[in-house]
Amino acid sequence: MIEFTYARASDPSHALLLGAAQDARFLGGGTNLVDLMRETVERPRELVDVTGLASGIEETASGGLRIGAATRNTALAEHPLVRSRYPVLSRAVLAGASAQIRNMATVAGNLLQRTRCSYFYDEDGSRCNKRAPGQGCDALEGLNRGHAILGASDACVAVHPSDMCVALAVLDATVEIEGAEGTRQIAFADFHRLPGDTPHAETLLQPGELITAIELPPLSNEARSAYRKVRDRSSYAFALVSVAAVLRLEGGTIAEARVALGGVAHKPWRAAKAEAILIGQAPSPELFRRAADAELTQARPLRDNGFKIELAARTITAVLSDIAGDAA
Amino acid sequence: MRGAATFAAEFAPENMAYAAVVFATIARGRVTALDIAAATGAPGVVLVLTHENAPRLKPMPLFMTAGKAGGGDDLPILQDAEVHYNGQPIALVLAETLEQAEHAASLIEATYEIDEAVTTLEAGKARGTRTGIAFGQPAHVEIGKPEDELATAAHRFEATYTTPRHNHNAIEPHAVTLYWQDGELYMHDAVQAVNHVAWSVGSVFGLGEDKVHVTSPYVGGGFGSKVLWSHQILAAVAAREAGRPVRLSLSREGVYRTVGGRAQTEQRVALGADAQGRLQALQHTGTVIMSAHNALPEPFILSAQSSYATKSMLLDIQVATLDMLANTFMRAPGEAVGSFGLESAMDELAERLGIDPIELRIRNEPEKDPMKGLPFSSRQVVWCWRTAAERFGWDKRQAPGLRREGEWLVGLGCAMAGYPYQRMPGGAAGITLTADGRAQVSVAAHEMGMGTSTVHTQVAADRLALPMDAIEFRYGDNALPGVVLAGGSQQTASVGSAIIVATRELVKELLQLAGNASPLAGLSADEVGTTHGGLASLADPQRYESYASILSRAGRFELSVVGQAPMPGEGMHWSMHSHGAIFVEARVNAVTGEVRVPRLTGAYDCGRILNPKTATSQLRGGIIMGLGAALMEETQVDPRNGRIMNASLSEYHLPVHLDVPDIEVIFSDIPDPVSPMGARGIGEIGITGVSAAVANAVYNATGKRVRDLPITLDKLL
Ligand SMILES: Cc1cc2nc3c(=O)[nH]c(=O)nc-3n(C[C@H](O)[C@H](O)[C@H](O)COP(=O)(O)OP(=O)(O)OC[C@H]3O[C@@H](n4cnc5c(N)ncnc54)[C@H](O)[C@@H]3O)c2cc1C
Ligand code: SF4
Repeated sequence: MIEFTYARASDPSHALLLGAAQDARFLGGGTNLVDLMRETVERPRELVDVTGLASGIEETASGGLRIGAATRNTALAEHPLVRSRYPVLSRAVLAGASAQIRNMATVAGNLLQRTRCSYFYDEDGSRCNKRAPGQGCDALEGLNRGHAILGASDACVAVHPSDMCVALAVLDATVEIEGAEGTRQIAFADFHRLPGDTPHAETLLQPGELITAIELPPLSNEARSAYRKVRDRSSYAFALVSVAAVLRLEGGTIAEARVALGGVAHKPWRAAKAEAILIGQAPSPELFRRAADAELTQARPLRDNGFKIELAARTITAVLSDIAGDAA
Repeated sequence: MRGAATFAAEFAPENMAYAAVVFATIARGRVTALDIAAATGAPGVVLVLTHENAPRLKPMPLFMTAGKAGGGDDLPILQDAEVHYNGQPIALVLAETLEQAEHAASLIEATYEIDEAVTTLEAGKARGTRTGIAFGQPAHVEIGKPEDELATAAHRFEATYTTPRHNHNAIEPHAVTLYWQDGELYMHDAVQAVNHVAWSVGSVFGLGEDKVHVTSPYVGGGFGSKVLWSHQILAAVAAREAGRPVRLSLSREGVYRTVGGRAQTEQRVALGADAQGRLQALQHTGTVIMSAHNALPEPFILSAQSSYATKSMLLDIQVATLDMLANTFMRAPGEAVGSFGLESAMDELAERLGIDPIELRIRNEPEKDPMKGLPFSSRQVVWCWRTAAERFGWDKRQAPGLRREGEWLVGLGCAMAGYPYQRMPGGAAGITLTADGRAQVSVAAHEMGMGTSTVHTQVAADRLALPMDAIEFRYGDNALPGVVLAGGSQQTASVGSAIIVATRELVKELLQLAGNASPLAGLSADEVGTTHGGLASLADPQRYESYASILSRAGRFELSVVGQAPMPGEGMHWSMHSHGAIFVEARVNAVTGEVRVPRLTGAYDCGRILNPKTATSQLRGGIIMGLGAALMEETQVDPRNGRIMNASLSEYHLPVHLDVPDIEVIFSDIPDPVSPMGARGIGEIGITGVSAAVANAVYNATGKRVRDLPITLDKLL
């Protein structure tokens, strides 16, 4: 480990002040950052602990929820308002990691957790554009069973590993950010970026900027949602494919459809093409499969991950059928 | 559980320095430059050791090349610039703290000249294979006319089964704390072979084994991996060069890089049967990967050697030599993966013949050892099948693909488990009886969490007729009597037979001490037995005297004896094996292909069970490891540079709690008439048969046959 200093921020402005230093990094639960520091993939010189900052969950005026950035994953998943109004979020969080890790992990840290691509982690022996821009990508022609089928580039084929974020994507959340210039909001769908030529730039967050909260708009009482994660063992494994979906039916047709995929792209993937096909139609497994296939025509398999295309199509179909229930 | 046990990396001699290792990142070639300037100048650094400044050392003596040879490979350690595998240690840093050592190690920059490397089984085969030498013999068996019999058999079945590399993941990573004093080396080492380590380390440094003192009081799992690898040698060199005690505790990644695992296999099974299903030909042949510097071609043919009666047999292991870290022993080497091929193939043959798979196996029960022709000492295979089948509810099995509950396809499968009885020469035990009526029993054996100390305390208490709390069982120290490898499931038999002999010696000595004033006067050792903390005449139990009384009348504080176990002749006259029948329910998700195993039943015949609790736990552990092999375990190697890419418990998948089903273990508990104490060893059989039973159950659920482990969901979509 490389030497670093540690300080605890008392409030957001204190955090911004401390975080403005060169090579400073905010520290949430440390479940990802500290791992990466041990591997020397991350080399901060100053850690600014932000777990003391806002961790409350409150109702907003519009009837949505405002979730403090330092809220622990467990607290989020267990919160009665989250469980009753946004079950998809609660389920997604609980599908991730282990109880111990969820007890430590914060919401902001979860958003900013980095890919599990093993070449990214292997500072000693592998090339990675995300870790060292311009170095090359060993995953592109290497072991890539867990890698992206959507939106990847030749520079990087990694996936975003979060479960929670797939639910946030489908819930149309916004991310509240504080920086030297004040506060701004970013739509969740825009927050994470596709790799393009700059896979090291993973989000729209600027250096020194602090995430302070996530806001969820209200979800109609008639809407039903679900999260499903497919993985290599029963628990404690990252998603090969995951699906979050929200459906609202009105008089036998689909009035609202939102679908997001995890484990398939550099960001939580909103399946806009699938959604477009669903709207206004009568729900049926055939329709769902057609929508899934429409989304996945853009998929580009790598050497080891071609199965993810069929797996994603099946999982989307199953999740939507499940939500639609007897209506489908 | 108090957390008070001291493991190898928890000894803290004064002035100890910490070691960190730098691993090569290429598969083959040489180091052309090693920039150690930054590391040498880094805070806290005591020593940087490379091939340029390391003293001259002999390579480790390769396991099985001499009685106590224990090296996982026989490559030079920091002796030259050559790189033989990705992960090979190329430098060591010693520093005041572990963090400083690791940091300095990360500053070392290596430049390489890269040679073309052979990193895959396919490439190794293309370069040409050789017949494996397993346990000193060419791994080739031919009985009768296996080709003719196969060609003319009424029914033929043939398929290829593949298993990937596996890595060791004992909960305690390999670690050693050691120091030199007056030219002698003192090691607290996490090992399962204290004598092998002492002798082999001695041979590297040109020392007699009496100059190397190895203790290994607690070991957090070994499974065949904790003998001698490069880290112990590196630590000892560093300690000698620096003149300080050293602790070297491998990181989890370090274990993957420098401690071998199970080799990949490609197995062909060809079976020829007559109309009734009786085997006319049993062929189990194939290729395993291996490095040029180790001694174990993964012996996947072992199960086929004794499982079934057959008119003819062909077994053969070809070795494809790769540029890789030496593979090694891993729980049930051979049987664990060989039983996957053989027992899957038996299931496939049964289906083609339209015979119940249990029935097919029972029809092929051999009357004597099919390869050696020896009689079986005890063989309860049919009992295993019948007992487990009934407990499990085998009669509920349907034709493939018929049972569905919601999204889940449900199937049942079974397979035979088996592992040979072994007892290696060298077993010995010391007993010291004290005048207060207590006994100390000492054996250079090992406790790796399997219950050795409990079981042998129990065995000794039983033999000496003392309460368990009057026995102190000492182990894990090469100063103690015996050469007892905790491997091959043989430790219990080895220690047990030594305790039996030592007890006999003790009885003789006690009778001599007792003399004429004792009620035992005039009795010979054959005429007395141990009872109630003393000896009594077998014919007249009234003639009794306690140990304490004998010792005190003789004016002795204590009496010590050492008993040498007899040479293990039993295996030369008898075919000795444990067996089991294992049944699995598998659920395969029709949408995603995910496989879950909710239920598993095994009936085992392992001779007498000395302690049902520890024995059941050994079986369960083995079975869980078998489930891991069946469903998820796989070392991922990048073929471009031979580098293990999932060197962590996050990416190398083992079963988590939720993957572990209800496991029912039933023992025959029928004593083996030939083995000491009637017991046959239980450490390894648990893993055998499991992956085949799972594959067979998955087939029954889905109608899809997966012949390539692990059975991940992509193979079932
Ligand atoms: C073994 C293992 C298994 C896991 N499995 C899963 C899984 O199945 N599914 C899943 O979704 N996740 C999984 N995780 C990942 C886990 O969810 C993340 O590690 C966790 O959410 C990160 O949160 P943290 O608070 O610990 O972040 P940290 O590690 O503290 O920080 C992560 C990043 O966020 C930044 N950061 C933190 N707070 C702020 C802030 N307020 N503003 C700006 N930047 C900030 C840090 O600087 C850092 O870059 C797993 C992790 C492990 C170790
Ligand atoms: S996929 Fe991305 S993270 Fe992985 S090696 Fe390539 S550039 Fe690095």
